[in-house]
Amino acid sequence: MTDTLQGQTEAHEQTQPAVTTMPMVKALNAGLRAAMADDDNVLLMGEDIGPLGGVFRVTEGLHAEFGGSRVLDTPLAESGIIGTAIGLAMNGFRPVCEIQFDGFVFPGFNQITTQLAKLTNKHTGALQMPVVIRIPYGGHIGAVEHHQESPETYFAHTPGLRVLSPSTSNDAYWMIQEAIRSPDPVVFFEPKSRYWQKGEVDTSAHGAPLHSSRVVRQGSDATIIAHGAMVTTALQAAELAADEGISLEVVDLRSISPIDFEPVLASVRKTGRLIVAQEASGFVSVGSEIAATVAERAFYSLEAPVLRVSGFDVPFPAARLENDFLPDADRILEAVDRSLAY
Amino acid sequence: MASVNDTQNFTVRMLAADGTFAPSPAAEKYLPVLDGLTDDDHQQFYRDMVVTRTLDVEATNLQRQGQLALWPPSHGQEAAQVGSARASRPQDTIFPSYREHAVALIRGVDPLGILALYRGVTLGGWDPTDPANGNFRLYTLVLGAQALHATGYAMGTTFRGEAATGDPQTDKATMVYFGDGSTSEGDVNESMIFAASYQTPQVFFLQNNQWAISVPVERQSRTPLFQRAAGFGLDSVHVDGNDVLASYAVSRQHLENARGGHGPQFIEAETYRVGAHTTSDDPTKYRTADELDSWVARDPIARFGTWLRAQGAPDSFFGEVDAEAKDIASDARRRCLELTNPDRDQMFDFVYSDDHPLIVEQAEWLDAYEESMEGGAEQ
Repeated sequence: MTDTLQGQTEAHEQTQPAVTTMPMVKALNAGLRAAMADDDNVLLMGEDIGPLGGVFRVTEGLHAEFGGSRVLDTPLAESGIIGTAIGLAMNGFRPVCEIQFDGFVFPGFNQITTQLAKLTNKHTGALQMPVVIRIPYGGHIGAVEHHQESPETYFAHTPGLRVLSPSTSNDAYWMIQEAIRSPDPVVFFEPKSRYWQKGEVDTSAHGAPLHSSRVVRQGSDATIIAHGAMVTTALQAAELAADEGISLEVVDLRSISPIDFEPVLASVRKTGRLIVAQEASGFVSVGSEIAATVAERAFYSLEAPVLRVSGFDVPFPAARLENDFLPDADRILEAVDRSLAY
Repeated sequence: MASVNDTQNFTVRMLAADGTFAPSPAAEKYLPVLDGLTDDDHQQFYRDMVVTRTLDVEATNLQRQGQLALWPPSHGQEAAQVGSARASRPQDTIFPSYREHAVALIRGVDPLGILALYRGVTLGGWDPTDPANGNFRLYTLVLGAQALHATGYAMGTTFRGEAATGDPQTDKATMVYFGDGSTSEGDVNESMIFAASYQTPQVFFLQNNQWAISVPVERQSRTPLFQRAAGFGLDSVHVDGNDVLASYAVSRQHLENARGGHGPQFIEAETYRVGAHTTSDDPTKYRTADELDSWVARDPIARFGTWLRAQGAPDSFFGEVDAEAKDIASDARRRCLELTNPDRDQMFDFVYSDDHPLIVEQAEWLDAYEESMEGGAEQ
């Protein structure tokens, strides 16, 4: 390539935003690749993430590109993955661990909660713990036991962890890179039912700040708050409601710890009505925390009690019952009706 | 089937319990390691053991006087700890459990840090990222959790090419300490699996002190524990943990094996917890006086002292060591009593490295609350 052509190409890249349409699984792959190219200390660890590319193919091609010392197919032991990631972080690495499915994180729960979450505090700040734990989570895929759960509350409850959940391809691309750059441990929940949903990714422009919630649809009658896969469901509900002349505002939480409450409170002050939607069981959940905080901080703006639309407080059922367990747009709209009728 | 303590045929021992030099058959191959030790080294081993025990007695007293919340005594385990710690090189990284007081001191940690931890004024006690502390990581109270950290750390050493270059002056090894109870924890087993898989430059140092609080080692295992390690593919050895020369020799050799690229190594040092598990424990409820007496008769300091005298160490040496140990202990005691409570902001300051709005908000709220209470008291 001549200098002239090179210059033209660069000028072209600067003027044209690099927007590509891709499913979330590809966006995550691109984000991981960018993070690994950017910092040699970033390495991936997990089960079947090497030549196979992970059971969801999020790491496809990375083993071939970066080699077995950067993309580690580990022994089959979740505590071992997290515990050795902690040791690698103590040695200056930035490990990104893949837990194969949501329900399989618990063998590693001790290392995450008693060690990873607390080590910076125990070292009075002298030690940073830049470890990311990626967890494909949630239902809608008709899978067997332990493969459809939403355990984010356990981690949000633990001081020292940051908890994220992107809902779009663009957020997935940017948030995974920012999670890897964070000096703190991040539990990164990927809504696996949206892995193959396509969306625009702008690789030239940064998305929203990491720990910010965002209004993704403007409305005036009631507010729906959701995270992960439930954002799509909330948008479907808003679309259906619009047909009936009801204007719903939808807020994508994006970050579960910390929660960025300002956009939530601003929306509630505008609409006066709030419904929190989540796949997880409702008892002592992220939705409970939002309801409590909104009641504390926006009490006089509320025209109706905050309502939660959640999975039931039962074990995630057999796949043929998942549609009875998981909230859908109709269950959100039923709560909207109750709120508006209050 | 061998019983858990049926280890006579393969135990590495240099000194008999009466202090005579009588290498066991298994010790033969480690004898050349001892050639590298000078009289000064021998005296240093003795000094380390006496200082540790004197501090241990002082710390136990401090707890009894209400100055420490808790103390886990190291009494009886000095030879296992001193021999292995003196075998490590400056570039090595050490992951302790919570009773490795001798190792801490040898690596350069101020005993005040350990006292501060057990006094309840800190969750750490020293900064392992400060080179002055000899790469001695913080104590870990969740049993066996540190074994995985050590293995991960050692994996990193391999990835960076910092071991197996052939230069023992710079090649790095990692050593992790844990006890017989911890060998039943999944994390210790998983750490051996990962260590074997990635061929880490690492030594697992098990102090089998016979008791996990009140439960005897037979409840953890019916086979000698070092033989389990062999099943994971680790080169493993059994050593008399009350013999500082044997502990040094096997530790030195296996650390060199690890740093030289020969994969993870496992040492079981058989010793005895002469004191209680911690100051909250009453060992007379679960073990016999006869058993205790039989181990006191194998005391590591008395054994090595007898040998040193036979080697010609003068009475004055022993007197000087005792005096030095008392000075160190009383100095630590004085400084312990001067420790003040941490600033309450410490509770909030280090939860995250980057700001977390919830924590900032709660810290500000507590400040305002305390201020309002102080204002109220004045009125």
